[in-house]
Amino acid sequence: MFLQVLGLAVQVKRSADAESTRLIRIWAVDLITPFERGLVWAQNGTGDLWYNYFFLRGVRAENRQLKEQIEQMRLEQVRLSEDATQAHRLQSLLAFKEQYIAKTLPAQVIGSSGSDLSRSVYIDRGSNDGLTPDMAVITAGGIVGKVLRVYPSTSLVLMINDQSSGVGGMLEKSRLQGVLRGTPNGEVIMERVMSDEQVTPGETVLSSGGDQIFPKGLPVGTVSKVSTGKDMFLNIQVKPAADLSRLEEVLVVTEKQEKNAAVETVGRVRAADILAQRLPSVPDKPAAAAAGTTASGAAGQGTNGGAKPQTPAASSTRSEGAEHNQAKSVGTMPAASAATGGNASGAHGAPVAGQPATGEGLKKVVQKAAVGAPVSNGASGNTTGSSPANPAAKPATARPKPATAESTPQPPPTEDNPH
Amino acid sequence: MLALFLQAYLPRRLPFFSIFDLPLLVTIFFAMARRNPISGLFTGAAIGLAQDMLGAYPIGIYGIAKTVVGYLASSLGAKLDVENAGARLLVTLGFYLVHAAVYFTVARGMVNLTLNWSWSRGILAGLANAILGVGLYFVLDKFKQRT
Repeated sequence: MFLQVLGLAVQVKRSADAESTRLIRIWAVDLITPFERGLVWAQNGTGDLWYNYFFLRGVRAENRQLKEQIEQMRLEQVRLSEDATQAHRLQSLLAFKEQYIAKTLPAQVIGSSGSDLSRSVYIDRGSNDGLTPDMAVITAGGIVGKVLRVYPSTSLVLMINDQSSGVGGMLEKSRLQGVLRGTPNGEVIMERVMSDEQVTPGETVLSSGGDQIFPKGLPVGTVSKVSTGKDMFLNIQVKPAADLSRLEEVLVVTEKQEKNAAVETVGRVRAADILAQRLPSVPDKPAAAAAGTTASGAAGQGTNGGAKPQTPAASSTRSEGAEHNQAKSVGTMPAASAATGGNASGAHGAPVAGQPATGEGLKKVVQKAAVGAPVSNGASGNTTGSSPANPAAKPATARPKPATAESTPQPPPTEDNPH
Repeated sequence: MLALFLQAYLPRRLPFFSIFDLPLLVTIFFAMARRNPISGLFTGAAIGLAQDMLGAYPIGIYGIAKTVVGYLASSLGAKLDVENAGARLLVTLGFYLVHAAVYFTVARGMVNLTLNWSWSRGILAGLANAILGVGLYFVLDKFKQRT
């Protein structure tokens, strides 16, 4: 038995780092260091007794001086820590990548560890199938655990409700991040969430991706109970999404794909552009379309009008061209066309340099609509303007492609241009 | 080996079966049957180490616990008559609690596992194991007589 105890002490390491210390070394150090500590304590005690008794002169002034120094250093530290935080944030933004599941391997659960304290299972896939330690294991319902040990034809999977397991998790709605750990009773709790945060039972918990094992966004479970824990953290109990006691088939994530975070190449979409997308417009006639594009070409937007869904910039050009043509074809009043032109370009022939044509015109349209100008049918070019414009506007709506037919199925720009 | 296999396999199909410890019952039976402390000690060590190898924790926790139980069971078997069902029930319950205490001490003290000791759970599990053990010993007695 002594040999077994010794063998165990050689195996067990006290921390999870690569340079962690073996237990037997800790025992040896714990045997020696108390004597060393005692000796140092005796030395310091003697020195303090002499120093504190005979050298108390000037201590108050020195204390005051040191306090002032500390205050200055605290202010400096705050400034430096802000700089450091910003640097870290920018650094992480530059290197930020998301992980996606690229390949999975189905596996059958063939057995367990045989102990109700060790929550682990064996699967029928091993190194012969390409498995390696620290691969994520999931089911359709949610995450199960990670591959702990790999043998030629089997692998040991440590489940998330084992007390030595740790998974990075986050709450779906509030995006609060924490660490999911197992308990001796086989439950899953979420740690490191501050007690002043709002967490409600029933909230979904997803994987945060921070552990570099589970890709972000995989379902972990739902919050079943929230209570105040120790050290200003909440004690959040999580009911796992996957039924860990009745596992039969699982999927091992054998390959993950890293992609850079999606960047909005289109830029921020303005409300005016979205409105222009949804408002009805008349399709361009070829000659009118050319003229329209020429007029809008100076603004740097050279796409033709048409019924096809387009990007906001192109769509605004299209609607602008359509409005311009409409103004020409129906002979609307200059005032109306100024309002309908979508911008100055439609009515006056030359866009304002540097300004998105449709946006400015729409602003005028919207403003005039807000002021109380009669609105005919909600069409962009026809909504506002003086009343003479309205009768002219009405025939436009009776054209082969009615405004409603155009306005309703207009997809938003993001759907037209998926990233 | 059969006990280890059943202990690893059955909990997947019958989740409640994880409360039983078949290797422990086998250790107690063979240790009491042999009545030799040395052989009981080695029997417990071998079964415990084999059970450790299936788990995710360091090898030796079950080994130490079952070594202690094997030694005590064989010592007791040499001194007392443990053939009747009542004695076996009590002995199995007692050894289950001893096994749990040693496991708890080693796991918490050396391996730093977070374990919670629960008397109610321990006694209930002990009773369940003792009842199963009485039936199992009866079967194993028959098997021993045939061989």
